[in-house]
Amino acid sequence: MNKKTLFYSFKATIPVMAGYIVLGIAFGVLLESKGYNFLWSLVMSLTIFAGSMQFVTVDLLAGGATLVSAAIMTVLVNARHIFYGISMVDKYRGIGRVKPYLMHALTDETYSLVCDPTLPEDVAEKPYYIIVTGFNHIYWVIGCAVGGLIGGAVEFNTAGLDFAMTALFVVIFVEQWEKAKSHIPAYIGLAAAVICLLVFGPTNFLIPTIIIIPIALFALRPLIEKQLKKDEEVAGND
Amino acid sequence: MIDVKHSVAIIVVVTLVTLALRWLPFLVFAKGTPKPVVYLGKVLPYALIAMLVIYCLKNLSFVESPHGIPELISVAVVAALHKWRHRTLLSIIVGTVCYMLLIQFVFV
Repeated sequence: MNKKTLFYSFKATIPVMAGYIVLGIAFGVLLESKGYNFLWSLVMSLTIFAGSMQFVTVDLLAGGATLVSAAIMTVLVNARHIFYGISMVDKYRGIGRVKPYLMHALTDETYSLVCDPTLPEDVAEKPYYIIVTGFNHIYWVIGCAVGGLIGGAVEFNTAGLDFAMTALFVVIFVEQWEKAKSHIPAYIGLAAAVICLLVFGPTNFLIPTIIIIPIALFALRPLIEKQLKKDEEVAGND
Repeated sequence: MIDVKHSVAIIVVVTLVTLALRWLPFLVFAKGTPKPVVYLGKVLPYALIAMLVIYCLKNLSFVESPHGIPELISVAVVAALHKWRHRTLLSIIVGTVCYMLLIQFVFV
């Protein structure tokens, strides 16, 4: 692996560093306030490594939830990860012994960096996937552990710093929008999420959204594929 | 006092279910990817990133003050700046600082 690849991959993860460290600290502080010291947040950040699910787990732990309800809650919160895997199946094929780890560590933020990157020619794809995934995990572990260590001892005004995550997704959205031959999939994602959010509310909208998205993508497949193929056809064919 | 045994059990369950969800597609399509799934894999990123943007803004309320104004302004700043300069870090830093200033000083 060359220096350029390492540097480029690291640079790509900087926005995630900001978001993960802040959110990780918030998580560690919250968990500590329920009586679980930093070792608990450290272990959870290593094994679960899923932001929103770890926050939900704080409630499960504090409320003494049953194991069955913990399992159901996890499926509801993390079902969207199945779709991340579906878009990475071919890209991670033959990537080697790190593959089980890459599959495990495919978070929202890592997915956003690896799903469709436009890499410079001298940056190799597979090392990029591995470095990005590893760095992101390190930030998250550091954030969670630090949060657990400082607990409620320090007051800091980082209100709004977690907007870095939103900004990252907006940037990727703009990049994808500019290179996409068909804007229908982006419209489908936006429309499905907004409609489900209005109908089902902020805590329950993800599941209906991820059910509607593939249905709509298949329903409009002829139209989308026609637009995707446009560039390959001879000009004036339409 | 925390119930260590039950807490460990909950963490193990959450970890295993998360792991299973993330591994599932890789295990199911280990031998090869059927055409409809290849198609889905190609178009899903566009739809899912759009969904994640909305997910980040899910707690925004238009009814209660500040009516989602800081979020909408900052998202617009990020999108516009990125369309103009195409510098990922610049767009994110300016957008985040803009948001922090808005919620800490303007819409307190």
